[in-house]
Amino acid sequence: MSAAQHEIVVAGLADLEERERLVVEVDGVELGIYFHAGEVRAWHNVCPHQGGPVCQGKIMPRTVQTVREDRKNGGPAFHPSDRTIVCPWHGFEFDIGTGRHPSAPGIGLRPIPVRVQGDDVIVTIRGDQPGFPGR
Amino acid sequence: MPEQDPSARPRIRELAEIGGRTDTRDVLAHATAQAHREYDDYFIVDIDAHVSEDHFWAEVLELIDNDVWRHIGMDQLGKFAGNNALLNIQPGMSQQSVGGRIGHQGRKEPLDGVTGHPFVGAARRGMDAMGLDYQVVFPSAMLLLGMHPQDEIEVVLGRAFNRWLTEVVLPQDDRLKGMLYLPYNTPEACEELVERYAGDDGIIGYTVCSTRNNPVHSDVYTRLYKLIEDSGKPLAFHSGYHWGDPSFAQLNRFLSMHALSFTHYNQIHVTNWIINAMPERFPKLRMVWVESGLAWIPFLMQRLDHEVLMRPSEAPGLTRLPSEYMRDMWYTSQPMERTSMELLEAGMKAFGAETQLLYSSDWPHWDWDAPSTITRLPFLSEQAKRNILGLNAARVFNLPTDRRKPAAQRVLQDRPGIS
Repeated sequence: MSAAQHEIVVAGLADLEERERLVVEVDGVELGIYFHAGEVRAWHNVCPHQGGPVCQGKIMPRTVQTVREDRKNGGPAFHPSDRTIVCPWHGFEFDIGTGRHPSAPGIGLRPIPVRVQGDDVIVTIRGDQPGFPGR
Repeated sequence: MPEQDPSARPRIRELAEIGGRTDTRDVLAHATAQAHREYDDYFIVDIDAHVSEDHFWAEVLELIDNDVWRHIGMDQLGKFAGNNALLNIQPGMSQQSVGGRIGHQGRKEPLDGVTGHPFVGAARRGMDAMGLDYQVVFPSAMLLLGMHPQDEIEVVLGRAFNRWLTEVVLPQDDRLKGMLYLPYNTPEACEELVERYAGDDGIIGYTVCSTRNNPVHSDVYTRLYKLIEDSGKPLAFHSGYHWGDPSFAQLNRFLSMHALSFTHYNQIHVTNWIINAMPERFPKLRMVWVESGLAWIPFLMQRLDHEVLMRPSEAPGLTRLPSEYMRDMWYTSQPMERTSMELLEAGMKAFGAETQLLYSSDWPHWDWDAPSTITRLPFLSEQAKRNILGLNAARVFNLPTDRRKPAAQRVLQDRPGIS
């Protein structure tokens, strides 16, 4: 690991599992840490749209369009397991697991390396990452 | 993991979820950080913001100058209509927040302890957090009043709102400015209001809510336009939506209706204004088109030019092409479409954004734009950005350009910092 990187314990796994999401500021870097479908993910708390605090919005089931067997409209429905991170500034949505926008996969959240060791959730913060959010 | 040296332990601070009750300064902290890094020394005027006046609707209703309508309004306020008393908005069809995903739309921020009127306190928090020197506030709840079937309600609410704005709100902070609400379905009432408020320093222009079916070239407005032209203050048309309009009733999603209707009404009004040669009759009247975004402007310029070239006998008052008249008008920026920088750049060139575009936030509505939407455009010069963010507005609205906002760093330090 280079000198510009720091591994930091940001949460306990059991606590994160229970809460599903934790947003923290670590030495001026804001990030959201998520537990979903048995996986841990960490994303920068900066929306690619206008720089909003994306991880501090609601977590919602992904809305899907259902189609009946006769190809008629079955109406909107909530996906049984997919969850999206919703930016509170303008409603941009991102899949918790992939960080991708559901309608535009080319638009996504910036990941932060994260791993679990025992009950520790550990993220890697680079020294050259923005010192303050909003980028 | 190896045990960390306590002196080298990182500072970890948890941030709370942002919702409708979160302090504006926390909601907008990332915008304040953008201001600190990118535009703290810019002079910025926000031509269109709404704060949340519906929480103070009772104060507006109390100022209605007709005993009967005031009685009905206050009765509704305390019963089924609440803050929608006398209004024609349909709460069940107001889906702007996307099912509550966007909490600042219809926010209910606690304002205990703020200095002065809570509306002013909320507005000041937003201005400071976004790095604004001035902000023009306009009533969200009244944006659809042009479609109200009872013209006299538009008149009494327009008069009452203008009193509330000029007597209660604007005197408390001269960074807040107002555009007078004109009850445009009743031209004589508009004339009275312009005559009454033309000399008010807090009123920097006049607004017609575009969502209505009145032809703007009608001679019933001739005296009104002359009065406005003589006042030296601009006339703005603030667009909006109306799901009850037959064409839009075909659309089954708020997204679809919103995308089309906000451009639709101003396209109709600009078309009538130009084809009927109103700029020739009122050459000094400064026209501002609000909240339709920008993508419609180059479309309409080219479309009208093409038609006029083929059918000049139907627009005999014109001495120039429609696009040339449109380049003399001003446009507000929000909601600025920017999924294609090439299209945006071409559009801005078409209408001369460097001198004709005015930044607007539309805060706290769901599709608001931060000032960084302008500072981050890669094709604009530094001077163009400064013009769009504030200097153009200073020229159009005759505002002094000395700094009025606190330093962004201080705003960041003073915010609650919970979220």
